Order: sequence, then C-alpha cells, then structure tokens
Amino acid sequence: MELIPGNDVKTLATSAIYFPLITAFLLLVLGGRLESSPIGKRVRGWTGWLASLAMVRAFASAVILFMEIVGRPEHRRTVSIHLFDWIEVPGLAAGFDLLIDPLSVVMLLVVTGVGALIHIYSIGYMRGDDRFARFFGYLNLFAAAMLVLVLADNLLLLYLGWEGVGLCSYLLIGFWFDRPSAANAAKKAFIVNRIGDFAFLLGIFLLASAAGSLTLGQVNASAGALGAGVATTVSLLLFAGATGKSAQIPLYVWLPDAMEGPTPVSALIHAATMVTAGVYMVARLSPVFEAGDALIVVGWIGALTALWAAVIAATEYDIKKVLAYSTVSQLGYMFIAHGVHAYSAGVFHLVTHAFFKALMFLGAGAVMHALAGETDMRKMGGLRKVMPVTGWTFMAGWLAICGVIPFAGFFSKDAILASAWEQGRYDLWAIGVVTALLTAFYMSRMYFRVFEGRVKLPEGVHVHDAPPTMAVALVPLAGLAIVGGAINLPGLLTLEHFLEPVLGAAHVPEGLVAWVLGGVALFVAATGILVARALYGSRAGSVRRRTLYARAPWLVDAARNKFYVDELYGRTIVGPGKRVAAFATDVVDARLVDGFIVGTGRTVATVAERFRRFQTGYVRSYAAVFLFGVVLILSVLVVRVS
Amino acid sequence: MNSVGPGYYLVLATLMFTVGVVGALVRRNAIVIFMFIELMLNAVNLAFVTFARMHGEIVGQVLVFFVLVVAAAEVVVGLAIILVIFRHRASANVDEMNLLKW
Amino acid sequence: MTWEQLVFGGVFVIALGSSLAMLFMRNAVHVALYLVAAQIALALAFLLQGAFFIAAVQIIVYAGAIMVLFLFVIMLLGIDKREALIEPLPGQRTLAIGLGAVLAAEIVYVAWRGIDLAASPGAGSTALDQINRDPGNVQALARLLFSRYLLPFEATSILLIVAVVGVMVLARRLGSASRAAEHADENRKAA
Repeated sequence: MELIPGNDVKTLATSAIYFPLITAFLLLVLGGRLESSPIGKRVRGWTGWLASLAMVRAFASAVILFMEIVGRPEHRRTVSIHLFDWIEVPGLAAGFDLLIDPLSVVMLLVVTGVGALIHIYSIGYMRGDDRFARFFGYLNLFAAAMLVLVLADNLLLLYLGWEGVGLCSYLLIGFWFDRPSAANAAKKAFIVNRIGDFAFLLGIFLLASAAGSLTLGQVNASAGALGAGVATTVSLLLFAGATGKSAQIPLYVWLPDAMEGPTPVSALIHAATMVTAGVYMVARLSPVFEAGDALIVVGWIGALTALWAAVIAATEYDIKKVLAYSTVSQLGYMFIAHGVHAYSAGVFHLVTHAFFKALMFLGAGAVMHALAGETDMRKMGGLRKVMPVTGWTFMAGWLAICGVIPFAGFFSKDAILASAWEQGRYDLWAIGVVTALLTAFYMSRMYFRVFEGRVKLPEGVHVHDAPPTMAVALVPLAGLAIVGGAINLPGLLTLEHFLEPVLGAAHVPEGLVAWVLGGVALFVAATGILVARALYGSRAGSVRRRTLYARAPWLVDAARNKFYVDELYGRTIVGPGKRVAAFATDVVDARLVDGFIVGTGRTVATVAERFRRFQTGYVRSYAAVFLFGVVLILSVLVVRVS
Repeated sequence: MNSVGPGYYLVLATLMFTVGVVGALVRRNAIVIFMFIELMLNAVNLAFVTFARMHGEIVGQVLVFFVLVVAAAEVVVGLAIILVIFRHRASANVDEMNLLKW
Repeated sequence: MTWEQLVFGGVFVIALGSSLAMLFMRNAVHVALYLVAAQIALALAFLLQGAFFIAAVQIIVYAGAIMVLFLFVIMLLGIDKREALIEPLPGQRTLAIGLGAVLAAEIVYVAWRGIDLAASPGAGSTALDQINRDPGNVQALARLLFSRYLLPFEATSILLIVAVVGVMVLARRLGSASRAAEHADENRKAA
C-alpha cells in the first residue's frame, strides 16, 4: 500500500533539491547583507541556521520518501519524475528528470542526513568568519548539486550535478583564498578533476551515441547490446572520471591538498559525499561495466589505491592529511567491491564510511578549533581528558574504521572482503586484508597520539571542548558509526536486499567461510591496533619506533614524501605543460597572433594616413563631393533611359 | 486654350534647382547657403505642382504641403544652430567651421 | 500668344533672373530680397497650374513668415556685411558650376526622354480643373490630407513640436549664463 499518492513522490524529491538551492541563491546573492540585517544583529549566524534548516527540511523529505519507497512492493519502487524538458533536439532528448529508486534514495538519505549534521556543525565551526553567509551559500549549493547528481535520471543531468559539486568543491577548498596554499589547492583540485571530467564526458558521449539514449534506465537496459569492446572503452572512460572525482590512482593527488578548505567542507565534500560520486556512478551504471572487461581495471585501481594511500597515511603527521589519505584508501575499498561485482557492498561501505569518516573529520575539526588551528599530531596528546565529547565520539569513529565488531566499518569492510573471496579474487582479498591492517594501524596511531597518553598541547592554547552546535553533530554521527552496520544485518531490512533491484543480488559466502573471513578481518584489525599501541600508546614507543625506522628508512622516507608523486607529476606533466604554455604565450601569442593583429592595425593606420587628407573639414568640399555623387547616380539613370 | 506645356515648367524648376545647387556650393555665409537650399526646395515644389497638373491628381499638391512643413521646421532649427555657432565664433562663415577634420 | 504664355514668360524671367541675381549679391539682405522675388514668381506659377491653396501658402508661409525669419536672423547677427569675392577653396567654383551644368543637363535629358516637353497639359489639366471646380481645391486637398495622408500629417505635427523644443534648447542663453553663475558661486565659496 502506498503511504502517499504518486504525485507526492515528485514533490518530496524536488523539495529536497529546491530547499538548499533556494537558500543557496538567497545567501550567495544577498550574502553579508543578510548578516547585517536586523535579524542578523539579533541572532548571530542566522544565515547558518537558515541553511541548516533547508538541509534539515531536505532530510525530512528524504526520510518520508524513504518510508514511502520501503512501503511499496519491490517492483513499484522505481519512479521516474519528469520535471521539465531541458534539451530537445532530434536524436538527443535530455529532460530534467529525476529517478527515485532504492539506490538514489539511499544516497539521498546519506547526503541530506550527513549534510544537515555538518551544516549545523559549521555554525559553530565557522562562527566569526568574515564570509559566514557565503560559506553556507556554497555549502547549500553543493548539497543541491549533489542531490541533482544522485537523483539524475539521465547522464547529462548527472553530469550537471557532477560538475556542480566539482565547482562547489573548488570554491570551498579555496574558501580562504587569501591563503596562497588554499588558492593553489583549489586550483589543483579543479585542474586534476578537469582531466577526469574530460574522460567522463567523452565516456558519456560515446555511451550516448552507442546506446542511443541518455536515460539511465535505457542505457543500462541496452548495455548488453553494446558489444564488449565499446562497453569496455565506455567503462574505462567513465571510470577515469571516477578516478578524478573519487581520488583514485592516478588522479588522487588533489584530495590531500584539498584539506586546505574548512574542516566541515573536508567532512562533507571530501569524505562523505562528493568523493563518493564516482563510486555511486559506477554502481549506477553497473550493467555497462558488467558488459565489458573494465571491472578488472576498476578492482586493481581500487586495490592499489587503497594500499598506496594507507601506506602514506601511516607516515603522515597532519591529522587532516591522515584522514584525507584514509579517505582515498577507503574509496579504493569501495572500488574493490565494484571490481568483484559486489556493488551493494561498495554502496554499503560508502554509507558507513560517510558516517565514521565525517565523524572523524568533524572531530579533527573540533580539535583544530580547540587548538587554534593546529593540525600536527606530534604537538597533541591526551586530548580525550580535556575534550571528552570529541574524544569519545572520535573513538567511535576510530573503532568503526578499524573494523572492530560491532562497529559499522566491520560489517561493510567484511562484506567487501568476503565478496572478493567469493569471487575467487584472492589477490584483491589479500591486498584488502593488508590494507585493513594498515588502516587499523594508522588510525590507531593517530588516535593514541592525539587523544591518549599524557596531556600535551601547543603553547598558549586554551582548550575547550566542542561547543553545542558542533557536539550536536558529533553525537548522532558517533551513534551511526556504532550501529550503522546494522542496516545490513540479516533478518532486518538489509541494505543489500533493498538495493538488489538496482544493483543485482549480492554473493557472499555462507557458513564457516563467512565466520573465518570475519575472524581474519577482526584479527588484522586487532593486530593493527596493538602494533600502534605498542609504538605510540606506550612509554617505550619512541625507542621501538626508532629501531623500526632503522630497518627500512628508505620506505618510511619515501612514504613521508608521499612517494614523490607530486614531484613526478610536476616533472612529467606540469613542467612540460608549462613549457607548452610558455611557448604558446611567448611565441605563438606574442609573435604570431599579436604580430598579425598589430600588422593589421599598422596597415590600416598607414592607409588611413593617406586617406585622411581627404578630410579637409570644409563643409563645402563635402557638399561638392555629395553633388558629384548625385550626378553619378543620375548618370546611371541617363544611361538607363537612353 | 493654347496653354503652356508642363515641360516648360519643369525646365524652369530644373534651372532654379541648379542655381540653388551652385549657390549652396559657392557661397560661404551660412545663412545665404540656407537660402539657396530654400530655393532648391521651391524648385522641387514647382516640379510637384507641375506633376499634379500633368496627371490630373491633387496628390502632388499634398506633397508640396508636406515639403512646406518640413522646410519650415528645418529653417527654424537650422537658423537656431547658426545662431549658436555665431555666439561661439562670431562668424557665420562655413569655411571657418572646419574643426571636424584630420 | 495666350495670356498664360504671357504670364509664364514673365514668371520664367523673374524667377530665373532673381535666382541668378542671388548668386551675385554679396549682401545677405539682398540675397533674401531676391529670394522673396523668386518665391512670389513661383507662387504665380502655382496659380497658373491650378494650385490655388499652395500658391497662397507659398506667399504667406514662405515669402512671408520664413523669409521674415531669415531677415530677422540676419539683422540679429549683424552679418549684413559683404562677403569677400575671393574663393579660398581651389577649384570649388569651377567644380560647382561644372557639376551644376551636368546636373541640369542630366535632369532635362531624363525629363525629355520621359515627357513630351512641348506637349500641352491636355487631359490631366482638365481633370485638375474639374477637381478644382467640384469639391474645390482646398476641399480636395483637405480630404486627402485628413484621410489617406493622416499619418504623415500627424507625423509633421510631432516634427514641428520637436523642432520647437529643439530650437528652445539650442537657442537659450541659459546654459552659459547659469554656468557663469555657478562659477561665481564657487569663487565666492573659495574666498
């Protein structure tokens, strides 16, 4: 039975987009004027409350929509909503259509739910910033674009959202653009994403021309008829786009730098939502990926990225950078899931990751907020004692990402590893297990350094725990990080089963194998935590660290320098690119183009210099010329009549 | 009645028009030039009236009426411009108004 | 020789003679007087061709009002002094006379090809006489003016208003006077 008539699905879905969109325009157009308005003087930061209210309203829509979809029989859970015609030309029709189905509703819930919490958190975090209203304008615009992305019913609209979130990401990374590092990071993120987006656009073009349609349903339905070659090419191009947006090898380099943005931005965009767009897109177009051989590449890229980023994260001292590399690594996990056809496991991990990683980013933000912007974990220690709320909630996130039962991360990570095993991809499974070990290690390292042990603070800092607006976001996220795994517990409404109509059935091992695999996962998590505790959580830690470093200094140093990837890209791509640009400006533009333009100007000037002598300034001379013209015209008439 | 053919009137109009053209070109006083332009308009009016009689239609005379109105407006504005110029340069010699050149 | 030919001869001589005389008068007032003579002669030519209303308007508006305006401006500006005979622009006179002659020749040639110059007015003239007799010259003109040519007629009224406003803006001395007053104000403030 339907709770709500069909038409209201449309209202709910569109209201989720419209509320953030309207407030975004309001805040961006009026901006500071709203803050200095009479209301703004009475309620400080009311624009933040307004933006948060829009997100909460969108979340309410999402929840009602979710209830509605769950209440329906399975075959009626997919609803396509036509809002208006967008592009209508022969051979190409792209309406402004939204697609409501289990997958998009899950994404809708995550984006609006986590988004609303982070909005509220930002009110406290951004308090006192000069561009307070603008920050929330961007944040709301991001939310609207992200919702367009996840609700889009055709590739073009999806691309609109894709680019929209990219734009907002750029604006928010460079939000403190008066810092050169932030401005550069924003540019880097935009340009690196550009590379991926270009491939993504090519993929869309190819797919649209091969499948003859832009609509997701039709594209997926005709995926089998594409032929393996076309499907593989399309998939690889689309996946190249995903490597940009979801920060995978080789385009992951922008995400660590993106930490220059305000921490709520890192939490919302660069951990919970935008970076998962690639994961979502691959899951959404899974029939296309299934039709070719691209999934082998997807799985390997994901596995290598997961391992690679985890190694770097283990040597990083900047708490936000650790979380950034961790995000890259976890996104790699999701692509491993896609690579072994376990799309629902990937989406499951996406959801749980959104919970605990957003939580940890917000916790890191609270730490930074308390320590006057300090991010170096070597200058911290024992913070749980002075910041109990932040400490305890962070602990929940830490245990979740380590994969400790019964926290959320255990279930989703185990689902991925189990799927890899079931598919016979023992190579990916092994990498996944190693990565899990590393993940547990570096997260514990960070946790022990920052929150446990002796209280250690940067000089001249008055520590305070997270203010209410920030705490109010931390606690629910911590709750979700603890119990979030329950959404996929057998017996209840499981996420995998819910997503099955869209993503296909999940194949997980059963019986003894499942228990053994779960045990292995728990074992590596415990190992990672214990090793980290031995190295960072005990008195003898520093001695042990030194002996360990002496074993393989080259590896640690290389990892500390992020394996010199930035330098490699600088030499091989940026350097030659700059030289080409220099050639274009100094030679092509300065000599050729300017030469042509200046030459044209000179020629005209020379000719004009001669001709201007005709301009005597005498009216009567002009009249004589005029008369000459009249006589000439009459002469034509004379010739005509005679 | 052995009346005068329209051709003679047209010849008269042509000749007066030509005199107007030549006068407008050779004289230098702006007001005088203006008067030659009036002469040209008058010559054209004569041609219109002549055509009206040739075709047995009164439309030609209506056109003369319009020419008259336009001429009146033009004279008023033109003389005002000359007046303003005279105030600035104390001269109505068009040869001295040659600022608009290279 | 009929009386019309006689009158036309007079008109021809006076109109052309006055026009030519305008060319050679060095005093602007004299030029204006000869123009009046030419216009009166033309008014006669209009009368000869049955354009009674136009002839009256020619005398009242043209030879009367407009020419008075001309004389008024001449007197106002005090430029009744003689114009120098020397031509500063080289070849301007030759060019003007040469081109004028060619122009006249061309017009006459084209007219001669199209119209029988020596022909009598004939049917057209009779038709016009008929109109002048039945509704009357003024009535026929008015009927056309207020029916078929109503829109141009209204347009001319706008034209006249624009001209009036334009002349007022152009000719008032207020601009420079008020500017001078402002200058005086500023000087006073500065002092």
